[in-house]
Amino acid sequence: MTFELFLQHFINGISLGSLYALIAIGYTMVYGIVRLINFAHGDIIMLAAYFVFFGVGLFHMPWWLAALFSIVLTALVGMGIEKAAYKPLRDAPRISILISAIGVSFFLENFGIVVFGGRPQAFYSPEVFQRVIKLGNVSIISLGIIIPIIAITLLLGLVYVVNNTRTGMAMRACSKDIDTAKLMGIDVDRIISLTFGLGSALAAVGGIMWGLKYPQLHPLIGIMPGLKCFIAAVVGGIGNIPGAMLGGFILGLGEILLVAFLPGLSGYRDAFAFVILILILLFRPTGILGEKVAEKV
Amino acid sequence: MMLGSRKKLIIISIIFLLVVSALLAGCGSKQASDAGKPAESGQQASDSGKSGSAASGESSGDVIKVGVYEPMTGASAAGGQMTVEGINLANEMFPEVLGKKIKLFLVDNKTDKTEAANAVSRLIQQDKVSVIIGSYGSSLSMAGGQVAKDAGIPVVGCSPTNPLVTLNNDYYFRVCFIDPFQGKVMAKYAYNTLKAKKAAIIMDVSSDYSVGLSNYFKQAFVELTGDKNAIVAEAKYKTGDQEFTAQLTGLKDLKPDAIFAPGNYGESALLIKQARDLGIDALFLGGDTYEAPEFIQIGGKAVEGVAFSTHYTAEAPVTEVSKQFLDAYKQKYGKDPTAFAALGFDAYLVVRDAIERAGSAEPKAIRDALAKTQDFKGATGIITLDQNGDANKSAVIKQVKDGKFVYIETIQPDK
Repeated sequence: MTFELFLQHFINGISLGSLYALIAIGYTMVYGIVRLINFAHGDIIMLAAYFVFFGVGLFHMPWWLAALFSIVLTALVGMGIEKAAYKPLRDAPRISILISAIGVSFFLENFGIVVFGGRPQAFYSPEVFQRVIKLGNVSIISLGIIIPIIAITLLLGLVYVVNNTRTGMAMRACSKDIDTAKLMGIDVDRIISLTFGLGSALAAVGGIMWGLKYPQLHPLIGIMPGLKCFIAAVVGGIGNIPGAMLGGFILGLGEILLVAFLPGLSGYRDAFAFVILILILLFRPTGILGEKVAEKV
Repeated sequence: MMLGSRKKLIIISIIFLLVVSALLAGCGSKQASDAGKPAESGQQASDSGKSGSAASGESSGDVIKVGVYEPMTGASAAGGQMTVEGINLANEMFPEVLGKKIKLFLVDNKTDKTEAANAVSRLIQQDKVSVIIGSYGSSLSMAGGQVAKDAGIPVVGCSPTNPLVTLNNDYYFRVCFIDPFQGKVMAKYAYNTLKAKKAAIIMDVSSDYSVGLSNYFKQAFVELTGDKNAIVAEAKYKTGDQEFTAQLTGLKDLKPDAIFAPGNYGESALLIKQARDLGIDALFLGGDTYEAPEFIQIGGKAVEGVAFSTHYTAEAPVTEVSKQFLDAYKQKYGKDPTAFAALGFDAYLVVRDAIERAGSAEPKAIRDALAKTQDFKGATGIITLDQNGDANKSAVIKQVKDGKFVYIETIQPDK
């Protein structure tokens, strides 16, 4: 394998990995604060992509406005889901709320099939994101550079919010102990609602980027990204925000390099991701950056 | 108190959601294509609903029940929906046989092999159909075929092209050509017309259609070039994959003249787009599954010049039935039909013809009549079913030009 070829594979891997990272950040943030693996995260991604699709296709918005509209709407939907499906179960055993999350996921998928139709459709992708940049024999589309930048910016922004603002402090307090936080005068309902809103907005950004990169849209589009990014979050240490980023890059690069070096195994790339999940759970259940008492966000 | 009002709010919002979704689903079902509707509950195809209710008497005495299983959702949804359009149209134009109404029962197989087997069981056990039409997709047809064979219910496939669908299954027939021929057609096109000397293959390993067709292409291409190494690479992916850059990067330096990549239109369009972004400028070739409007919408400029083989073209009608079909389809749906609509139309007519010749709705009698189908004039050509239950028909080559499918040539089958 020539160096140029390896570089091309590496760039492909980074481009995929940053997309995983972007979605995993939202996953891990919600877990870090509410201790809930939100299995509906992938389907929220799907909704966000459809909001853009309808914004552009039905209401003829310019793409950036449609994206903005989708992020806001998705955040509201995320908050609504929390109110309807998770909040009534807050005092129930943790397994109940997990099952509720799976239920929401199935609901959204089938809701999507009924309302949007099961036929895969094309996602609108503006020219700006599709420009091919050539460096010698290595090609990269502009989106492949934009996604990592967005992912890192959001990561820094999120870390700042969690660590340096009053709301962030309240979030951290909730992640430690909800009851005590309540006693300290924190409006727990509002903080949790905000967490879901923020998590869903992050999912929306991820969903829009996913749609731009792979412009094929159908109601089950969120399942695989949802699972992969869950794995990424676990690999990095679930609840740990920089860890999610790291996990995303490891997973993306790993998948690409697996296919690159062992083309015979291309059919097993999803299996590869799940094998990683099992190995991590066996040997380092807290993930790479997670600590034993990883209660912090 | 607070809790009470909140609970109410939740209940109200859930009811609201349900009502909205029910309303939207209701609207969807009025569309001829059944687009927005998951046909999970095995309801009748929309058009037959009208004709069926006109006949009203639900007793099996006055209607003949025909099952349809097609992918209405999932990766092959466009193909399934186009096929059902053709079946519905045929049912509207020829609603009766032996003085009885033909009633269609549609079940969505969700582009899933397990669901396909379930769909056929459901049609046989619950809806008690005499004969079944379907399915788009060879893997789906094979899964359903075994169930139908065990139950002794004949099935007529519209577009499954893998030879194994009908082989060793006396109850499965089809109105389309099969992949050994399709693979040869594309290999000839690559070698004779495009002057390709080196080709690469990218196949979907989870699809019997894609793997089968790739192998037939390979055989034919190697034979034509006389070069054992004419296929420079074989890359693999599976249905649902969206990231193909790793496989494509490996192909780039091998510089094939043509790349044969049969598979679902969605994955194929993404794959070709990523290939172009990586700077691969080889010609892309595919099979009949490419013919869906979404292929061009998803692929955009990247799929310009892509050529593929298919069953039928509106530009070169072959029989008087073609003309009739074309006019009726345009009138009903306001667009040109694709090959899948035409094949759905033909499958229905072949079934109706067999019931007429059998003189009864008894499955075994229909099977025997189907096996004797000869020189039947359909929209896609003259249909004669051979001992395997396959039709020997011509293929059409089309190409994407300026965002449209353009007819290139018709290739006759080997006699």
